[in-house]
Amino acid sequence: MNIIAEIEKDYLRTDHPDFGPGDTVIVNVKIKEGSKERVQAFEGVVLRRRGGATGASFTVRKISYGVGVERVFPLHSPIIESIKVKTHGSVRKGRIYYLRDLKGKAARVKVKDMRPAKTR
Amino acid sequence: MIEGLIGKKVGMTSVFVEGADIPVTVIETPGCFVTQVKASDTDGYAALQVGFLEKKESRTNKASLGHAKKAGTPAFYHVKEFGGEDLADGYKLGQKIEVTDLFKAGDFVDVTSKSKGKGFTGVVKRWGFKGGPASHGSKHGRTGGSVGQGSSPSKVFKGMKMAGQHGNTNITTQNLKVVDVREKENVILIKGAVPGAIGAVVVIKKALKK
Repeated sequence: MNIIAEIEKDYLRTDHPDFGPGDTVIVNVKIKEGSKERVQAFEGVVLRRRGGATGASFTVRKISYGVGVERVFPLHSPIIESIKVKTHGSVRKGRIYYLRDLKGKAARVKVKDMRPAKTR
Repeated sequence: MIEGLIGKKVGMTSVFVEGADIPVTVIETPGCFVTQVKASDTDGYAALQVGFLEKKESRTNKASLGHAKKAGTPAFYHVKEFGGEDLADGYKLGQKIEVTDLFKAGDFVDVTSKSKGKGFTGVVKRWGFKGGPASHGSKHGRTGGSVGQGSSPSKVFKGMKMAGQHGNTNITTQNLKVVDVREKENVILIKGAVPGAIGAVVVIKKALKK
């Protein structure tokens, strides 16, 4: 198992911020169009994170023109240019699939105050 | 040039190549040692005998110890011959053969190993029979059904697919791509799955059909 961990180390990305289910994130994805490469942003709520090592991935959900769109990103993939956390969400589950059944105002996630308690 | 190498299956993982997540099998290949060079005029055929995985002297019998001494190497747990054209081209007794001499990323290889044993297995698992319906009074379940006609030919043909031992046989998977050869860890990464359990001894050869 040691050898495998050693190999995976070369492929793991350490430049991502800390984020989890309920957080609103902007994922900047590299997209190849012919010979040109551009960056596209995908903004939404993280539904879940799963897996470990090189196989780790996370799901982001957004509402696009009234239609729910979910995209699964491999966490350590080089096609992800960067991940930005917009807000941290206050949720009580690790997998917030219940968001799929909610619409409009009900589908919002409460924002978590991440400032240290003293300064609040 | 020798056509293959012996290694040990470490397990599977995935790596990113040009943005794509590629499943790979990791095979440890610390290298093999030449234990005997066979030539057509002395042995009747040309081959290169190599050893893999060193064995303590106290655990080796005298016959294999004598054979190893001749080559100037320790004795090995696994010894295998690789045939081919006369291998007079520069292989010496006791010489170490490294992965990097043989394979590089992008090559195609055939990998042979002993597959995982599944024991005595029914036809559904062993041959992929569909079986019958599980309910509605069906008694067909996972049985194989008929094995042939009656009075003519009045026998069951040889090779009929029936239940029996499944797995624990030598299996070769052909045309697997080498994703990476890592010198530091002495491992080779091969795209896709390879027969055998973790820790199994595998033989990696240059692809026959590529």
